[in-house]
Amino acid sequence: MSILRVDNLTKSYQSGGQTLTVLHSVSFALEAGDTFSIVGPSGSGKTTLLGLCAGLDRATSGSVYLNGVQLDNLSEDQRAAVRNQYVGFIFQNFQLLPTLTALENVMVPMELSGLGRQNGRSIEQTARELLERVGLGKRGHHYPTQLSGGEQQRVSLARAFANRPKILFADEPTGNLDTDTSATVVDLLFELNREAGTTLVLVTHDLDLAARTQRVIRIKGGHATGDTNTIARLSD
Amino acid sequence: MAWRDSRRSRHRLFLFMSAIVLGIAALVAINSFSHNLARSIDDQARELLGSDLSLSASKPVSSTLLNKVGSERSTEISFASMVLFPRTGGVRLAQVKGLEGGFPYYGVWESEPANAPDLFRQGMTKGQRIALVDDALLIQFGAKPGDSVRVGNLSFLVVGRVLKTPGQSAVATTVAPTVFIPALLLPQTGLLQKGSRVSYRFHYRFPDTTNVERLVKRFEPVLDKQGINYDTVAERKRQTGRAFEDLGEFLNLVAFVALLLGCVGVASAVHLYAKEKIASVAILRCLGTSGWQAFLIYLIQTSLMGLFGAILGSALGSLVQLVLPDVFGSFLPVTVDTSLSWVAIGQGVGTGLLVAVLFALLPLLSIRTVSPLLTLRAGYDESADQSGRDPLRWGVYILILLFIFGFSFLQTMSWKTALGFTVGLLVAFGILTGMGQLLMWAVKRFFPVSWSFVWRQSLASLYRPNNQTLILIISIGLGAFLISTLYLTQNLLLSRVAFSANGGEGSVRPNMVLFDIQNEQKNGVLQLVKQHNLPVVQSVPVVTMRLADINGRSVEAIRQDTASKIPESALTREYRVTYRDSLIDSEKLMTGKAPSLQDGIPHISVEKDYFARLKLKLGDTLTFNVQGAPIQTIVSGTRQIDWNRVQTNFLVLFPAGVLEQAPQFHVLMTRVADNKQSAAFQRDLVRLYPNVSAIDLGLILKTVDELLDKVSFVIRFMALFCIFTGLLVLGSSVVISRYQRIKESVLLRTLGASRRQILNITAIEYLFLGVLAALSGILLSVFGSWALAYFVFESPFRPDVVPLLLIILIISVLTTLIGLLNSRDVVVRPPLEVLRAEG
Repeated sequence: MSILRVDNLTKSYQSGGQTLTVLHSVSFALEAGDTFSIVGPSGSGKTTLLGLCAGLDRATSGSVYLNGVQLDNLSEDQRAAVRNQYVGFIFQNFQLLPTLTALENVMVPMELSGLGRQNGRSIEQTARELLERVGLGKRGHHYPTQLSGGEQQRVSLARAFANRPKILFADEPTGNLDTDTSATVVDLLFELNREAGTTLVLVTHDLDLAARTQRVIRIKGGHATGDTNTIARLSD
Repeated sequence: MAWRDSRRSRHRLFLFMSAIVLGIAALVAINSFSHNLARSIDDQARELLGSDLSLSASKPVSSTLLNKVGSERSTEISFASMVLFPRTGGVRLAQVKGLEGGFPYYGVWESEPANAPDLFRQGMTKGQRIALVDDALLIQFGAKPGDSVRVGNLSFLVVGRVLKTPGQSAVATTVAPTVFIPALLLPQTGLLQKGSRVSYRFHYRFPDTTNVERLVKRFEPVLDKQGINYDTVAERKRQTGRAFEDLGEFLNLVAFVALLLGCVGVASAVHLYAKEKIASVAILRCLGTSGWQAFLIYLIQTSLMGLFGAILGSALGSLVQLVLPDVFGSFLPVTVDTSLSWVAIGQGVGTGLLVAVLFALLPLLSIRTVSPLLTLRAGYDESADQSGRDPLRWGVYILILLFIFGFSFLQTMSWKTALGFTVGLLVAFGILTGMGQLLMWAVKRFFPVSWSFVWRQSLASLYRPNNQTLILIISIGLGAFLISTLYLTQNLLLSRVAFSANGGEGSVRPNMVLFDIQNEQKNGVLQLVKQHNLPVVQSVPVVTMRLADINGRSVEAIRQDTASKIPESALTREYRVTYRDSLIDSEKLMTGKAPSLQDGIPHISVEKDYFARLKLKLGDTLTFNVQGAPIQTIVSGTRQIDWNRVQTNFLVLFPAGVLEQAPQFHVLMTRVADNKQSAAFQRDLVRLYPNVSAIDLGLILKTVDELLDKVSFVIRFMALFCIFTGLLVLGSSVVISRYQRIKESVLLRTLGASRRQILNITAIEYLFLGVLAALSGILLSVFGSWALAYFVFESPFRPDVVPLLLIILIISVLTTLIGLLNSRDVVVRPPLEVLRAEG
């Protein structure tokens, strides 16, 4: 069974009395543990596709199956529960809650799921271990504003893996970072992904980054213009 | 540029300014009403007095003098007496007015039936036993026109119910309801005896050509000499106007507080707005705009919105003033015609614009210093807040203080009151700000880390950046403070009267006072009291006298001495004095000794505060004129009196053996168990001794309660403006923080939070805010009321907790509901928006 299956996904908006279609009949399927990139120019529909795949928005037509669950028929709360159970997120702007410390930010997905413990360990213990893993074991009590961009993204990485998700969606994860920090964060992302066996869906402009995933889909003007599983063909 | 920049945020800008709408509305409503009232008083000036001139005296006036003043006149002889309604058995102390002549000459008696005053006048000249009775009195005893009322020895047929007497407000009749009877029949009632306290009034009508003021000036020396007071239309107009000016000023200050609350809301909203605009300002700076130009762009925006808010507030205020005559109804001696007051509207718009600009200036000043570098590096110099060092900021603070002082000075025309109001306001704001900050500190310091995520997230919102904690605690807290202070003060006054009426446990505290008992009636009344199984708690003789000289210096000489600091009233008042050689349990010897008779000279005791007011020292001599006979005394002691006790308390106490033969009356105090016993006793009393008056403290309590209810209704009406402004500020600050909330909530939803979890977080946060704001206000008010009870009323302070909890509950629920209503669309936004906003 595919972990993510997208069938003829179309998304249209009403704008100024006109219908604007930003995604045209996109289809693909990912197996558990796959790494996958969505690339394309600005405004091509990459983020729209990612949002639909993650159940953050509803498609105009077509279907999304996440871990076998058809998202189109679910209510917003049911989709939130699916996200909490199967999905992890990484954003370009980190999206940490400014009122919570690094440790508390990592704990949020576990707390929202209502679990007191995870695999016999307390939520806090799990969160601390994750922070250790991303190299921020001693920064747990710091607030986001007290951390650098790279550190914030590492907290975000720890949070993304907190609920042991089956699939991870990363939207331009290095878009706001300098080259050196980007490299560290990307290495960590792939490492954690490999360790956890998570499926990774990456939206990026960065072709070098995309080249590190097993498959790439190219989006242009809302159309999937190519789905390739060889890195060599990507650079053609 | 200001116009173009505001395009996308005009509705939000207007929302900030809506906070001042209610304050301006309250100001315009009160001012318009005051103007209309002043005009109505002018128009109905003659009706206020009912005549052109009114003379009043406490003893009969020679008809020679009365004829000299004018020929067309009416006589009104009034005194307090017991009246009885035989059909229902109702009996109480009332004001009896014996009328003769055509008064009122101006204005009409409103009555039921409408022709009752005509019937009364016709019957009056024929000596018929007919009466007009105030509505309040008939209602109290379930009596109606057609019944009879007994006054002294005579019964009168009630021909009408008086709804309104010219120049008298409905409140006045609540305090002292009147029975009008023909003056011709007064001697037959048997109530005009020696020692009775009777007032005489003479109402004159003059031809229109008469200059009344000049006429009065001519007679002034004679009138003064005979102790006759006078009242002209102009004087009554001044008095009535002044009384309502005081009330108007007070209510204006309450409205001003509502406006200031709104201004705090404006400052807070503009602060958040300016923060949001920092990116735009940085771009403008990059493109070459100067700091001042950028500042002006946003100042123009806020000023225009302030102007809109002020205009809207003025329009609303002009509508609200239409209902004010109903709110003030029972206090008004005139009928107020409402019309638009352009002066009040102009003042409202001006004040609104001024305060909006003043308070918006504070947050806008920081726009001048926004660095263009922000376009390149977000977060640049955010940590270096230099606003505290900006001299202009301090200038604005001073301007705001001057404005508050100036406004309150213009309202009260007393710099002391204005200063008191400004300082009081600063203290209240300061305490509430302190409470808000303490709360934020406490939540942060003692953050409950073990609580669930929803609770922790709600609590964290109380101190997060751009939080609304301070502004809500100040605005809602101040509203709660006003409402609960009114409530507590009203109860304080009531409990004081109730305490006097009910007495302490185990003691026999009197709750009924009988006075005007003549010497020959004393034994009979005592017997009647015993027949009804009532205790005689106290029975004292009272002798009336006036002060003639102090240390040999005549009262006239002291009055003419401009350097004398003895108050005029102490020199001219009538002293009611009793005589005994010992002090009673409500008195405490402070200095010297108890009264005694030494070598034929009475050594008297004076109440300690009065002793100070008369600038006396022990050993001073006071000569009293005891109904014609001078008696010289020596001040040999001072006493402290517990005025809270229902006792006959005396400023001056004579020793026994001096006044026994002087004309005197007796006061007797007893305690009735209930209304039934009280009514039965009073019925017998009025039948046997019609001149003796009884004051039932239960009735006083009821009257005070009714009076306070009416007063507090007016004040509560105004306090509502504060509360609604607080809620409006709450609404607008929720809206302005919506952007931040959407971001947070969407992020939480992205991470898997359910709609219920998000709503719970919002509800708990606002519930906390509501509870804490209301609690802060109520704590402040409990403290204020305690101070009032301790320092002013000197009475115990036991606030009733349940109603206060109810206030907290109502305010908290309202706050939570507004928070949830304004945040409702946060939960329906699709989570993808957060990605879009960032992408």
